[in-house]
Amino acid sequence: MLKPVDILMVGVGGQGTILASKILARAALETGYDIKVSEIHGMAQRGGSVVTQVRLGEKVFSPLIPAGGADVVLAFEKLEGLRLMPFLKPDGAMIINEQEIPPVPVLVGAAEYPADIIEYIRSAARHVVAVDALAVAEKCGNVKAANVVLLGVMARRLPFAREVWERALAGCVPAKLLEVNKAAFAAGYEYKGI
Amino acid sequence: MFVENCEQVTCRLFKSGAGEFIFSEVMDLKELLSGNEAIARGAYEAGVTVAAAYPGTPSTEILENFSRYPGVYAEWAPNEKVALEVGIGASLAGARTLVAMKHVGVNVAADPLLTFAYTGVNGGFVLVSADDPGMHSSQNEQDNRHYARFAKIPLLEPGDSQEAKEMVGLALDISEQFDTPVMLRTTTRVAHSQGLVEIGGRSPRELRPYKKDPQKYLMVPAFARLRRNALEKRLALLKEYAEKSPLNFIEWRDKSIGVITSGISYQYVREALPEASVLKLGMTNPLPEAVIRRFAAGVKRLIVVEELEPFIQDQVSAMGIAATGKGFIPNSGELDTGILARKFSEAGILKPPVKTAAEGSARPEAPAAPGRPPVMCPGCPHRGLFYALKKLKLTVTGDIGCYTLSGLPPLEAMDCCICMGASIGAAHGVSKANPAMSGSTVAVIGDSTFLHSGVTGLLNMVYNNGSGTVIILDNRTTAMTGHQHHPGTGSTLMGTAAPAVDLETLVQALGVKRVRVVNPLDLAKTQAVLREETTAGEPSVVISRCPCVLLTRAAKPAVRVEKDKCIGCKVCIQLGCPSISMQDRKALVDPVSCTGCGLCVQVCQEGALVKGGDADA
Repeated sequence: MLKPVDILMVGVGGQGTILASKILARAALETGYDIKVSEIHGMAQRGGSVVTQVRLGEKVFSPLIPAGGADVVLAFEKLEGLRLMPFLKPDGAMIINEQEIPPVPVLVGAAEYPADIIEYIRSAARHVVAVDALAVAEKCGNVKAANVVLLGVMARRLPFAREVWERALAGCVPAKLLEVNKAAFAAGYEYKGI
Repeated sequence: MFVENCEQVTCRLFKSGAGEFIFSEVMDLKELLSGNEAIARGAYEAGVTVAAAYPGTPSTEILENFSRYPGVYAEWAPNEKVALEVGIGASLAGARTLVAMKHVGVNVAADPLLTFAYTGVNGGFVLVSADDPGMHSSQNEQDNRHYARFAKIPLLEPGDSQEAKEMVGLALDISEQFDTPVMLRTTTRVAHSQGLVEIGGRSPRELRPYKKDPQKYLMVPAFARLRRNALEKRLALLKEYAEKSPLNFIEWRDKSIGVITSGISYQYVREALPEASVLKLGMTNPLPEAVIRRFAAGVKRLIVVEELEPFIQDQVSAMGIAATGKGFIPNSGELDTGILARKFSEAGILKPPVKTAAEGSARPEAPAAPGRPPVMCPGCPHRGLFYALKKLKLTVTGDIGCYTLSGLPPLEAMDCCICMGASIGAAHGVSKANPAMSGSTVAVIGDSTFLHSGVTGLLNMVYNNGSGTVIILDNRTTAMTGHQHHPGTGSTLMGTAAPAVDLETLVQALGVKRVRVVNPLDLAKTQAVLREETTAGEPSVVISRCPCVLLTRAAKPAVRVEKDKCIGCKVCIQLGCPSISMQDRKALVDPVSCTGCGLCVQVCQEGALVKGGDADA
């Protein structure tokens, strides 16, 4: 009996959440899970929030994760992680990229970007891993692989074998970018954050 | 695509109409598909050879995916009415046909639809209506199930990708068996959620022979009266079919609560009330009255769970069966498992969830999270046009597209938005009602939207001696839905070259004598032309022409900030460009996202923003 796992991925259009969810779904499929993935299209390219919900289990009915139901929130951007905190289970894990992308209300001075997001999340969630994924990806050779770094950080906390992840990665990224993505995944997988 | 491990042996559940389970072991190939991909696959497997649509979220990917299968023909029509009419012709000629649109598109196509219900089909015909509860990308959340009842045609509602695929084939079978168009109604969470789908082969179909039959297809009053009777006879037969169809099945569990549900709501019910008995209706028009009565008689308390309107519930009540649902379940927005659990518990049907110690302890108060509304992209040509409109303090009747985002802060340069094509008629109406507003009101409409339903509005303005200015935002694509071709782009959905309509010639042919073309990234010129045209006192069209920045991706070097010149006046911020922010009271341009469009360079009075690549001052 496979234990259900509910994962919310959130970021800003263009951050690569969709590729990350594809790799995750492929790994889950090989492990034998039933899967539902829900995305909202349409506004993604226009700089809005992008939320992808991934539900895994023996049999999954709803494609949507209820409030307080996510085992993992994988936040590609800090503010979006904060916004989705109500979805995190009390004993769930928040994996959060330290990158800040100010939304237009902040850019035009109508709102403030909260200064203390990571502190708040550490006080409110049981398990938190904060990563500077851009810096880690840059060390691996391509800043655009930040999404795969974050996926790697999450991967170690999910019940799939590492080889399964690596096969899924190879199946989803173009061959010429595989080496840098492998390095990014490994850096995330072995990331020693708390 | 997930085609590895293709030889999985799975145990699949078939459900019969009598509510019994039949287990069958099948060798199958499973892929993770969105509802839209599954519909395209279902159409391919069921032998559909012709498909037509106008793009609209959440329906767009159906045609995009279908068009890539071998041996099929698919096209973007300029609007949903034309798409449906193309589909009617294809069915008449004997082809299995699919036409897809978003919910509000059915409003546009309603005229042919309601009479197509009279003529019936030759080749099987399915109309996909993709509804958008919660209005993720729409101007309203109308419940299109009412259209099926209104038109008296069969209605199928899939609840996941597997059902979406299967129901396309079933819809086509029903269509041919009962000589009727069939509506397949999805919602955003079915259309855009992915689930595992069993992949099958294609069953090729010969064209059904065409036979001239005016009494069936020529809807003049004398023949329409005959078909009106045929419609009622067909509906009675469909009712009998619905009673026996495996699309409608009962899952008997605890009989103290029985839930009637359909579509995506079924998934939420199975999670929120896992013990309840369920009557899942896959076919919701006409309803299987005898099945509903049998289910109602078998349970103590009957509840109908459906998103949006009480479409099923009202009909169940009209049968004289006591049912609740919309009394405590919202009739707007999406449902989900959490909403149902809460509403059932508030209504005393479920016990309130027992909170664990960890859940009981409240989290500390969270800092306020500013919203992240969608915005026009860095380098979007629409930004220049709307900045100019704002400077000129014009009243702007708007339309549907990316540019509708200009109505939001900081530009706030649009006054109204109703539906596709409405901007031109609205501007004309404003100036007829109040001539004082006529020189200060303009209509804005995208190129794809103009060709969808703006042409007749402009024709009307010319014909009725209007004097308005219509601005066609020609970004050479249907941008909002993901860059689909249209009659002005020079290419088709299938990738073949096509004649591109010439907008200048088109509007001149409608009788517009003043036609101007501007590049909206040239602010001074744009403002000057707008000033001239709005005061011209006769109909004029300004074509604001610049390709969508996402289409060309030909970025120039990023704009630089000369910090010593920046006085922190924030004029550049008023463009609402996501690449510009303030840091330490000086403008900051993000060099990664800036496309070098140069609008901010033009609005800066201090010369602090400099085009990239220019020599240092």
